[in-house]
Amino acid sequence: MSTETLPSPAPDKLTKKALTADHPTWCPGCGDFAVLAAFYKMLEKRQLPHENIVTLAGIGCSSRFPYFVNTHGAHFIHGRAVPLASGVSLSRPDLHVFLFGGDGDGFSIGGNHLEHGARKNINLTYVIMDNFVYGLTKKQTSPTSPIGYKSKTDPTGAIDQPVNPMKKLISAGATFIARTHSTQINHMITMMERAMDHPGFSVIEVLSECVEFYPGAFDAANPRKGGALKLIEEKKYDNTPEDDARHDITDELAAYKLANDPFPGWFGVFYQNDRPTKNALEKKWIDTTRAKFGGAGDVDMLQKTFDRMK
Amino acid sequence: MIRLAGNSQDGIQSAGAFLARLAGRSAQEVMTYMTIPSTISGGPSIFQVRIGSGEVLSSGDEADFLVAFYQHSYQDHIGFLKEGGVLLYDSDNVQPNLDDKRFVYVGIPITGLTVEALGGTAKDKGKNIFVLGLIAKVFDLDTEKLTNLIRERFAGKSDDIANTALMAFQAGYAYPVGNVLTKLYQFEPAEKTGDRAQVTMDGNQALAYGLIAGGVRYGAGYPITPWSSVMEILRSELPKYGGLFVQCEDELGAVSMALGFSYSGHLAITGSAGPGISLKTEAIGWASMAEIPLIIVNVQRGGPSTGLPTNVEQSDLYQAIFGGHGDSPRVVLAPATVEDCFYTAIEAARLARKYSTPVFILSDSSLATRIEAFHEPNLREVMLDAKLDLTPPSASFKPYPLDHVTRHAPPGTKLGEKYPVVTGLEHDEWGHPTGSPKLHMSMTAKRRRKLQLLGEEIPTPKIYGERKGDVLLIGWGSTYGPIHEAVKLAREKGDSISALHLRHLNPLPNGLEQIFAGFQRIVVVEMNDEGLYGYGQLATILRARYCDPKISSLTKTDGLTFRVKEILDGVLTQK
Repeated sequence: MSTETLPSPAPDKLTKKALTADHPTWCPGCGDFAVLAAFYKMLEKRQLPHENIVTLAGIGCSSRFPYFVNTHGAHFIHGRAVPLASGVSLSRPDLHVFLFGGDGDGFSIGGNHLEHGARKNINLTYVIMDNFVYGLTKKQTSPTSPIGYKSKTDPTGAIDQPVNPMKKLISAGATFIARTHSTQINHMITMMERAMDHPGFSVIEVLSECVEFYPGAFDAANPRKGGALKLIEEKKYDNTPEDDARHDITDELAAYKLANDPFPGWFGVFYQNDRPTKNALEKKWIDTTRAKFGGAGDVDMLQKTFDRMK
Repeated sequence: MIRLAGNSQDGIQSAGAFLARLAGRSAQEVMTYMTIPSTISGGPSIFQVRIGSGEVLSSGDEADFLVAFYQHSYQDHIGFLKEGGVLLYDSDNVQPNLDDKRFVYVGIPITGLTVEALGGTAKDKGKNIFVLGLIAKVFDLDTEKLTNLIRERFAGKSDDIANTALMAFQAGYAYPVGNVLTKLYQFEPAEKTGDRAQVTMDGNQALAYGLIAGGVRYGAGYPITPWSSVMEILRSELPKYGGLFVQCEDELGAVSMALGFSYSGHLAITGSAGPGISLKTEAIGWASMAEIPLIIVNVQRGGPSTGLPTNVEQSDLYQAIFGGHGDSPRVVLAPATVEDCFYTAIEAARLARKYSTPVFILSDSSLATRIEAFHEPNLREVMLDAKLDLTPPSASFKPYPLDHVTRHAPPGTKLGEKYPVVTGLEHDEWGHPTGSPKLHMSMTAKRRRKLQLLGEEIPTPKIYGERKGDVLLIGWGSTYGPIHEAVKLAREKGDSISALHLRHLNPLPNGLEQIFAGFQRIVVVEMNDEGLYGYGQLATILRARYCDPKISSLTKTDGLTFRVKEILDGVLTQK
């Protein structure tokens, strides 16, 4: 596993080679390979400063992501990657914060953090690879497993209503919400780019098949397997009659309606709004406070406080 | 020592705080103590101020002067009044037993006079300040300084509030208390020691400002008594320094966000009381494994579970040292006094950075809420740099080198070709996950060795008293005052007794075994339970570490600070 990259001249350009790290430990055929490939391609296209890219994750199969990307990264604990990434984002405006994880990490053990990260609108991009099953621990029911899914913890079929990720994110207040499919590389790249460019809490749910424990789970939305990929058509504001039928991504209720459609549902951007980020609001507060004190140095500032306590 | 006894919404804390602040400004030594009920509003409460021109070590066992606002205040606290002491009571609410000739009784219709002085709307709000005026008269306090303090306290609020307070104060001061209390008192003027002015604050304030002095600019927390005020102060103060404190959705989010700040290169702080620390434990294990610096403050209260939320206990020592999964060594420091909260916070920040490790600060609810005056620190000398360091490391950089202490390279640092993953999985020197038994052994040893190395730089603590003798009392945390006062009293009576106070609890300082050799008995005094085998938490650790059967234990769990008498009785009966 400890395969170090061969020495080569420092790359000026962000190439796939420069971004490649350890060989992924995922099972052959896992949907997550395609997500990784899309992420490389997106970074290559955008050419961000290498040292300013941060790849973070919690726990799960998909959360191994940071090991496979040669950027600064951290592999954190189960369910808590959103607050970790929030700390990075809030204290370092110079960084591009990417967070990867799965459905258990994001919607179950980390569900509360997802709610609050969304509500606070922290500037980061969160890619949730949803496979409807716990893969790393070998086939237990996940928060997105459909009713009837047979797992080791529900041998006669899951009985609990699954989380609807889009509805959860809309109601929590995430400001960019999209859904994509791991067999659709170009669609994934587009969603990742738009998420990255969105100032705020941007989340992409990628249906990413677990070939080991839930094979064929997303065939219904895979044209190559006889399914249909229903893409959201966004409003173009071109004053044509067709435009009336298109989706207004700033319309929360319309997004909720789309999310209510039965599985496999819609793909594309469900919702986006430009509510100010916590990053911007906190910065504003820091700047006004600093200005009020004339930008005094640290020692003088604390001395002033102590003088008041005499 | 003056004890004010009333209900928690009467503002006796603020009246007491004015007295403490005044003493601080007059170069007097001062120490306060308060109890508050865990109810939201109401319930009996006391505030105690001990002021002296000599060294004030504890908040005192017995009161010279008791102010009772209610009948229950009188009944519950008359036992703490010294024989010959003065009971000042609100004759509108209290009927004392005047047949008890041990005390001097001064009944004043405090409620009625306050309402009369202030007019209708305020009702009896302001009787705390009225009493402050009375006390100022009785003790011949500096009214100019006091009125300035009142004005400062209400600065920024509407003039009405400050004026009402001053009116209440003047009314109290003008009351002819001399008619009923013939003897008025005066504090001995204090000699000014040193040329630095005194500052007056509580332990949570000292801790928060110490963190700022230690260069901590980021933090995250969740409200819990008695930690919350650290968080509140940092939330308001850090933006002045370009930093940020975030109130999170829960304790797990708070520690995780703090680790996000630290991972980014800004040493961060999170904190709580025991129950919240339990929730943070998994992430603290990550900090040990990933070797990310972090400061964790635990302002201890009575436990377990919700326990005694507003009482004091030192029962989280095991939790701080051992409260984790796996072998996850961490640094544990405990401040001894309010002043020490300031310096301990700076030390925690220095150690966390130097050894890239989680550091616990164990305070407690008595330190958190009591007010002390101390010489203001020389900030130019003690403050640490808060700058983000993104200097590219040398070409030989590895995130987890086996042969020396980890230096974390935060994101944004240019690193040639290879970028590291900071990880909670066991890893090789580059941070690649590994299941190798050999690497797990050597990495576990690496994480242990850096704390052993840290132990080398901890000074052996000084002994209070003689280096040899019958009894050595060992304490940690807020018991410093009563233990030292007990030793002082016993030594004056000719007992052969000394004290040693530990500020570093994990790792322990070196050289303790030589000190222990000089004494017949070693008694560890702490506010926790004697446990299944008869020893408190620190006593158990010391017995395990030194295998010395001389080490015994004096513990208590009544949720109150040690009284000097309890320590002396406890040590003597143990013979």
